[in-house]
Amino acid sequence: MTSPPDQEVPIASGDDVVRVRQLVRAAAAAAGLSLVDQTKIVTAASELARNTHVHGGGGTMRIERAVGERGRAGIRIVFHDDGPGIPDVEQALSEGWSSGTGLGLGLSGARRLSDEFRLASEPGKGTTVAVAKWPR
Amino acid sequence: MERVPVLRIGGLLLVSIQVDLQDQTVLALQEDLAERIIATGAHGVIIDITAVDIVDSFIGRMFATIASMSRLMDAETVVVGMRPAVAITLVELGLSLGGVRTALDLEEGMRLLGTAPPGGGSGDGAAAGPAGGS
Amino acid sequence: MTDGSGDVTELLRSWRAPVLERWIELVAAGVRGRMTEPEIRSELTELYGLVEGALGGDRTAAGELRAALAEISRGRARQGFSPAETAIGVFALKQALYEQVRATKDRAAYSTLIDFTAFVDDLGLATFETYASAREQVIADQAEQLLELSTPVVKLWDGILGVPLVGTLDSARTQVVMETLLQTLVDTGSRFAVIDITGVSAVDTEVAQHLLKTVMAARLMGTECVISGVRPQIAQTIVTLGIEFGDIVTKANLADALAYALRHSGIRTVREAGP
Repeated sequence: MTSPPDQEVPIASGDDVVRVRQLVRAAAAAAGLSLVDQTKIVTAASELARNTHVHGGGGTMRIERAVGERGRAGIRIVFHDDGPGIPDVEQALSEGWSSGTGLGLGLSGARRLSDEFRLASEPGKGTTVAVAKWPR
Repeated sequence: MERVPVLRIGGLLLVSIQVDLQDQTVLALQEDLAERIIATGAHGVIIDITAVDIVDSFIGRMFATIASMSRLMDAETVVVGMRPAVAITLVELGLSLGGVRTALDLEEGMRLLGTAPPGGGSGDGAAAGPAGGS
Repeated sequence: MTDGSGDVTELLRSWRAPVLERWIELVAAGVRGRMTEPEIRSELTELYGLVEGALGGDRTAAGELRAALAEISRGRARQGFSPAETAIGVFALKQALYEQVRATKDRAAYSTLIDFTAFVDDLGLATFETYASAREQVIADQAEQLLELSTPVVKLWDGILGVPLVGTLDSARTQVVMETLLQTLVDTGSRFAVIDITGVSAVDTEVAQHLLKTVMAARLMGTECVISGVRPQIAQTIVTLGIEFGDIVTKANLADALAYALRHSGIRTVREAGP
């Protein structure tokens, strides 16, 4: 079983955020996700790509094949930036609709839409967020 | 950078979003709409998202912002044509779009805003609509 | 790995011919004609080599062994073999080796057999797990197909759809039905949907939440859902579960819900005077 090469994509501009959506859409469709699940994971990716661009000072995105429990094959999208990092992750994740930056809203939104959500961030060490979705 | 065209239909402004929205495009649209509402004295804004397949929190906030802004200028906003997958995702995201009014399609949207759609209404005898409509 | 493993590898190697033949024989008896002898031979010969390699400490072989077994197990599951049949095929290797040891009366070999037994049992159990998940996948796929065939969205009136839900609702089924409903609202340009749950025996948290999310999604799309047939027990369950149904319109029966939808569509029905 050969897997498609992992694509690593730079996120440096607003155009790149749009491109991320298109690439994730294609990968999700190829992985056999339903239309609704595709929409969810692309929306999650859009949130995270924006965070990477706006709060992380730019970074990269990578799409990987991922195998979930029960052996179903889906996709995982990993975002990385070498930006300032998130000082208080818990607080960021509980940010609501009306609080300014959108960073936390994007994170918590992405988490709700994915089957798997992993976040590693430290001030001064950048941020890595990975979300995954598998066919139902 | 592409700008989303704003069309005028009588007392309404119609925005039909056909492209993948970049954040810049969103902000430009908000500005353009504000200007046009003042310039035309429009009493309604319809945002047609039939062709939109992704609405994330930023774009969702755009709708809410446009609605609030329009209201300040005495215009009502209706978002039409939301796709089921988008609606389901927004619900999952927990976004409520700040009470922006929505309708199934352009025709319905115009009816909500108290304007008869071009060519008359559909034939089912529906008479819904705000009092004082056409 | 204990000391005995080196000896097992030796045994397997020197007794390859008789043990492999016996193994093939036992498995062939088990599959009862559903696989051909050449197929079985080729499958087991490959496995035999991998088992030798794995026991000899070759990690690549160990990995390939697990992968090969998983593949075989999945294939069996798809073909409709029972899980026992697949595992028994693996356990048969133990039997083949026992018989050989007994036949040659090699006392020393008996102790190494114990480690070997544990190794093979492990492999047999692993096939069970792969089998189970492959089988679940088959069932899930079939269920989804059935679902698509039987999703009940009907037209009650121009612009008013009905979804009569019956029986036990599970999360997956409810989700599919709800997604179909929303799409049908768009396809037919309908503004109302009546979701009738009179025939639903029980509602758990997940199902209630799906219903709720569907109503909310419908609202976002500019349409409205009315839920009818909420029986006292179900109402109680929903309240107990602490789910906020808020301002969602609910009616006791489908007729009332239809009347509501008609009214809000601006349609008045009139009974004509008799002849």
